[in-house]
Amino acid sequence: MGLTITEKILLRHTDLTDIRPGMLINARVDVALGHDITAPIAIDEFRKAGGGKVFDPAKVVLVADHFTPNKDILSAGQVKILREFAREQGLTHYYEGGRCGVEHVLLHEKGIVVPGDVVIGADSHTCTYGALGAFSTGVGSTDLAAVMMTGEVWLRVPESMEIVLHGRPGRWVSGKDVILHVIGRIGVDGALYKAMEFKGDGVSALTLADRLTMANMVIEAGAKNGIFAPDAITEAYVKERADRPGILLASDPDARYAERLEVDVAALEPQVAFPHLPSNTRGIRDVGNVPIDQVYIGSCTNGRIEDLRIAAALLKGRKAAPGLRLIVVPTTPEVYGMALREGLLEIFLAADAVIGPPTCGACLGGHMGILAEGERAVATTNRNFVGRMGHTKSEVYLANPAVAAASAVLGRIAGPDEL
Amino acid sequence: MKFRGRVWKFGDNVDTDVIYPARYMNIHDPKQMGAHCMEDADPDFLKKIRPGDIIVAGENFGCGSSREHAPIAIREAGLSCVVARSFARIFYRNAFNMGLPIFESAELWDRVPEGAEIEVDGAAGTIRFLGESGESLAIQPIPPFMLELLKDGGLMKHLEKKRSAGEGHS
Repeated sequence: MGLTITEKILLRHTDLTDIRPGMLINARVDVALGHDITAPIAIDEFRKAGGGKVFDPAKVVLVADHFTPNKDILSAGQVKILREFAREQGLTHYYEGGRCGVEHVLLHEKGIVVPGDVVIGADSHTCTYGALGAFSTGVGSTDLAAVMMTGEVWLRVPESMEIVLHGRPGRWVSGKDVILHVIGRIGVDGALYKAMEFKGDGVSALTLADRLTMANMVIEAGAKNGIFAPDAITEAYVKERADRPGILLASDPDARYAERLEVDVAALEPQVAFPHLPSNTRGIRDVGNVPIDQVYIGSCTNGRIEDLRIAAALLKGRKAAPGLRLIVVPTTPEVYGMALREGLLEIFLAADAVIGPPTCGACLGGHMGILAEGERAVATTNRNFVGRMGHTKSEVYLANPAVAAASAVLGRIAGPDEL
Repeated sequence: MKFRGRVWKFGDNVDTDVIYPARYMNIHDPKQMGAHCMEDADPDFLKKIRPGDIIVAGENFGCGSSREHAPIAIREAGLSCVVARSFARIFYRNAFNMGLPIFESAELWDRVPEGAEIEVDGAAGTIRFLGESGESLAIQPIPPFMLELLKDGGLMKHLEKKRSAGEGHS
């Protein structure tokens, strides 16, 4: 019986000779990631257990991206814990200030993750790197502490679910719409504990940015990891950025899947997830009249240069609707620099946008874009739970950057075709 | 491993943002985390509960973020355990790693009214309704590895124990 790509990667990170879903394994870890709100607890646990030195200072990555630039004294204290630990341990990859960006964009940009890796991060959106053909999943702080000590993680080998994509996306349809559509169909626990493997002829029509957005959101369906077999697009991206080539794996033709889902990508329209679950999706034509107070374009889901280009193309020569706050956050210094050189920031400024520094801030209701009671936002982010971006009586609507930009101009949720 | 307490019911897909809102994630001290337990699901929750009480929830409890603050807040608020139809996977890991006992039961939510007193027996794999009916339900036994984690007091203590016993990790 053949193996899926997820099973193959995990098997290569153990001393076992065979692997099956349901097995409890200890896997060797290539990249262990933490940030300013999960790593302090991990560091505490690491010290309490007499941690000594981390298993490999080149493989433990700390990114101070959540409540930064430090939003208050407590947050500054959290970052200080990271900084001192990074110094003491001699970590190769510690990022803060102007070298720092939203972690799940920064890591692939810096070539820290390559295909075939096992990546464990104390952040639920660590699943993003599945887009590169890595096994990548989120854990809690204590799991991270254990990985920092031992270089290994305990995992239950997940069953895989195959999601077969057909056709090319239409003009304003992106990876965001594909993943929202899938979550809408299977629900927020539709892939609980499973690997979501995306395949089919539709994959080659998706950019790497699209795939990163999709893998980023598999956690919103409860999945352990999302994965795309690497292709020429992946290989070219990694070659340009990483020192390690990685291992390009693919599922065997006779690999076993627990479920199969077919998606006609060509038939999709832009999707909007209504409050308060990412699965509460509607096509843009069925949205109705929903006036909004804020539009947020950013985050590890949709704050890449590709996303900013789409938003800028629609915002060029237009302005945010009166009374609406438009916030654009390029996710890393590299994305920021590209947006600057390409003239995108000029367009956002002229559209009356606030351009924020790279940070996770507003997406999780941390800072720099909090919603008041009764306010509504369209966000290119990944979660719209109660209170996610602020007051428990505020509302978040998830959408792609094109819908976000069009909505900013019209002051209500709208598709780009309405401009 | 027996837990006795009153039942507080929550629905499906209770996410980590309502269990422990992100705005408190600059808090580092576990004791203080307990003070915000379930705050965005029910602002008066902490005023109502007594030590040992039990959360009973529907599907996918703890979905969303990886924040360990969520199970820590439940533990520190004095709740003894959580029984849900199912758990989100990161929350599931975190709970065992933190030493917070959690149990899956497909039936309990439909059968138990809020405020009822129950006894969860993790070792025997039963939930007993205290009071007149006295009936009991079978629950999924905790997988052996998870039981080991709970017995050792969480993941780090488990690792320490393995380390001092000189065992390898793979």
